[in-house]
Amino acid sequence: MGSEPLLSVHNISKKFGGVLALSTVSLDVFRGDIVGIIGPNGSGKTTMVNAITGFIRADSGTVHFDGHNITNWQPHKIAAEGLTRTFQVMRPYFSLPAYKNLIVPLFSPRARKTGGWRGGGKMGSRDTVAVDILEEIGFERDSYVPFKTASSLPTGYLKRLELARCLALRPELIICDEVFSGLSMSEMASMVPLIEKLQMEGITLVMVEHRLRELFRLAGRVVVLNFGCKIAEGTAEEVMQYPEVKEAYFGSEEVYDYV
Amino acid sequence: MDIIIYGIINSVSLALMAVGFTLVYGVSRLPNFAHGALYVLTGYLTWLLMYRLGLNYFLAALLALALTGLIGAAMYQLVLIRVRGMPISEIIASYAIGLAILEGLRWGGLKGGTFRLPPFIEGSVLIFGVSVDFQRIFVVVLGSALMGGLWLFVNNTKLGLALKGMAQDERAALTLGIDSDRMAVVATAIGSMLAGAAAIILLPLGSIVVESGYHVLIMAVAVCIVGGLGSWTGAVFAAFIIGFAQIITVVFLGAHFQVVVALLAIVVTLVSRPSGLFGRQKELEERV
Amino acid sequence: MFGSKGDRRKERLDRGIKVRSDGVYAISSWREITYLIAPRLLFILGLALAPLALGAAPYWQRVISIICVYALLAIGFDFLANYVGLVSLGGGFYVGVGAYVSALLNTHYGIPPLLCVPLAMILGAVICTILFLPCLPLRGVYFAIVSLMYPLLAARIIEALDIFGGTDGILGVDGFPNIWLEQYILILSVIVIVFALRRLVEEDVGLVFRGVKDNDQAVKASGINITVYKALGVFIASSLGCLGGAWLTHMYMWAGLSQFALDFSIIPIAATVVGGGGTLVGPVIGCLILVPVSELLRDFGSLRIAVYSIILTAFIVFKSEGIMPYAARKYEQFERWVEI
Repeated sequence: MGSEPLLSVHNISKKFGGVLALSTVSLDVFRGDIVGIIGPNGSGKTTMVNAITGFIRADSGTVHFDGHNITNWQPHKIAAEGLTRTFQVMRPYFSLPAYKNLIVPLFSPRARKTGGWRGGGKMGSRDTVAVDILEEIGFERDSYVPFKTASSLPTGYLKRLELARCLALRPELIICDEVFSGLSMSEMASMVPLIEKLQMEGITLVMVEHRLRELFRLAGRVVVLNFGCKIAEGTAEEVMQYPEVKEAYFGSEEVYDYV
Repeated sequence: MDIIIYGIINSVSLALMAVGFTLVYGVSRLPNFAHGALYVLTGYLTWLLMYRLGLNYFLAALLALALTGLIGAAMYQLVLIRVRGMPISEIIASYAIGLAILEGLRWGGLKGGTFRLPPFIEGSVLIFGVSVDFQRIFVVVLGSALMGGLWLFVNNTKLGLALKGMAQDERAALTLGIDSDRMAVVATAIGSMLAGAAAIILLPLGSIVVESGYHVLIMAVAVCIVGGLGSWTGAVFAAFIIGFAQIITVVFLGAHFQVVVALLAIVVTLVSRPSGLFGRQKELEERV
Repeated sequence: MFGSKGDRRKERLDRGIKVRSDGVYAISSWREITYLIAPRLLFILGLALAPLALGAAPYWQRVISIICVYALLAIGFDFLANYVGLVSLGGGFYVGVGAYVSALLNTHYGIPPLLCVPLAMILGAVICTILFLPCLPLRGVYFAIVSLMYPLLAARIIEALDIFGGTDGILGVDGFPNIWLEQYILILSVIVIVFALRRLVEEDVGLVFRGVKDNDQAVKASGINITVYKALGVFIASSLGCLGGAWLTHMYMWAGLSQFALDFSIIPIAATVVGGGGTLVGPVIGCLILVPVSELLRDFGSLRIAVYSIILTAFIVFKSEGIMPYAARKYEQFERWVEI
């Protein structure tokens, strides 16, 4: 592991009206890691993702990625650097077949340069590459699932489609905004090895999660947010020892929902 | 001194033109592009009632207002309710209705300067050395009264509070037993009547012409956008900003530039601060 | 119980021939090829033969040119609204810019009309795109309102500054050398543009455009600059409008404020709604219906605007899909009642 973090967020803050959604949060992510961000509802997780990926402008603080200061860059430029994200609310292009959904990222300048995930530099037909990516991520090629319209797919596949959209860019780092939420038990069980596979491929992951059990299996390091502040950081076991974390999560009976 | 007095008069006129538009948008998220048409229609109806049926001015104005309210409600109930929630269709449909009314009136003979409403009281008075006719004083007084009354209505009556509730959060209002479709009809009716009231107050200053329908629409849209769509305070502030800017342009550059100022204000506002001076929904909209 | 309407529902099924002609095998059979080509051929031949059929009536021949100009605008509106997600209510602005650019090129530099038109198309589109750049981040209603203001603003500024001939407009613009040439170039460009755009939106670039319309956040997260694509969309749409405007200028041998007029903003929208948005052919069909109606009503002055406003409202409310999708459905599918 290099000494330089791949993604380095420093003292980032954001206010919505009078509400402090994020207050001087810092985060370092090293190449090859899986880092988890957890916190109760409204703790500023999604705001943080949005601020890192340029979808909202941070009021203060800096974001460095792969040696560039990407603070408040446009989202598409950040994505072009290889930092991409999934959305919590999935809105694929519903009227198109699943694989056609990947044409848009494959058409981006970055994907055209890198040839898409494992594209080997040479761009074949984008449709073929798209189906290849979908197969890697668990769409069975022979079952015609990749060719069904996105509107007819169940949530599990839509979440994968979100991930596939990121992979099409051949990213360095993916920020996953709640990939486990809304999945059934079996869908979740198959999502975990998928994430592990991505890590093996050398992709760094930041996972914003509500589901603690799956996250703790995956993440080497966990950051806990509450009311926009970072209240704890460390391995899963360490984090659970913090009194603030216990207060935030386990102080209520909500605990049974999460673990 | 001219600038201040005429600036105030112009600003109140603009606020009058815009208040109905912003009310309808605030409550039902409907950009009522037939606003200008309703304005002209009320003026024309008043004229018809006065000179064709020989009613007295006050009665004719009241009747015309009621009719405009009905037409606004009917327009919403019969047409716009079917495209509710599709903003572009709402704009196109309401604009088309407005066009149909305006161009229909033009075809029906509403041309030239022959159609005039008399001022409430003839004559003029000197204020700080500036000659101001009584009608313009009426504009300021009645305009302020109307807006004050509206404010009281919205904050103190049950219906007004229901409208306000819907403007703030339609779903929450639904759960509290407010029938949002009915409220939208009511809001459109009130908004149409406000357009009509503006017409009755303002039209005696000039003659009733079709072009003023477009002019009023542009001004209402300009004021509402600069102030932030759906924001009342914003609309009043914006009316004063644009109102004074216009008068200053007229004095220093020439009357031709009056409309250019308003249009430029829209473009500049939208580009630099899309939510307007006091708008808030845009920021929410832009979040994921 | 049986036989009452509540127990049945309408079922729509693709016609056999539609399914058979979907694949590449269609080329092995004349029936299938005819099925595929017939509607397209009808469209092309219909447009191409119209001037010949109306050769005896010069007035109506001119109407065909006007139909084509409106059709260009309507195609641009449809493309921008249904494939890029920008609803531009100010089609008059494109026409006006195209008209003035072409007129200026012709009167100031003496460039012949047939060269002026393509130049004005490109130059005008560049001007329009640059002027619209600040508005591109706006969405939905906001963009619609601003675009509605553009033609008004342009006309008022020309009037107020008294530039480009002020309220008189630019006089003494050269006309086209030959009416047949004039008509056929225009008709040909409409046909080519319709088919080219229909092709474009199915290509990969077209998918990006549709992505910008459906979910611009996801497009941004995919590393694509949406402003570039929106600008490209505006460029395409405004080049069509400018082409139309330039054509009008040389047809009437005059460029003036009326080219920023309301007609150019409202008829294309009405035509798109009537013909069927999102089809790109629909707008042309809409124009074929609305423009002649409007010409017939010309004697009634402003009544025609009222008439097609009412048609527009009626279509939005009662038949929002439009003629073209309706016809396509009838052509490709059959309906039957089934018992539930």
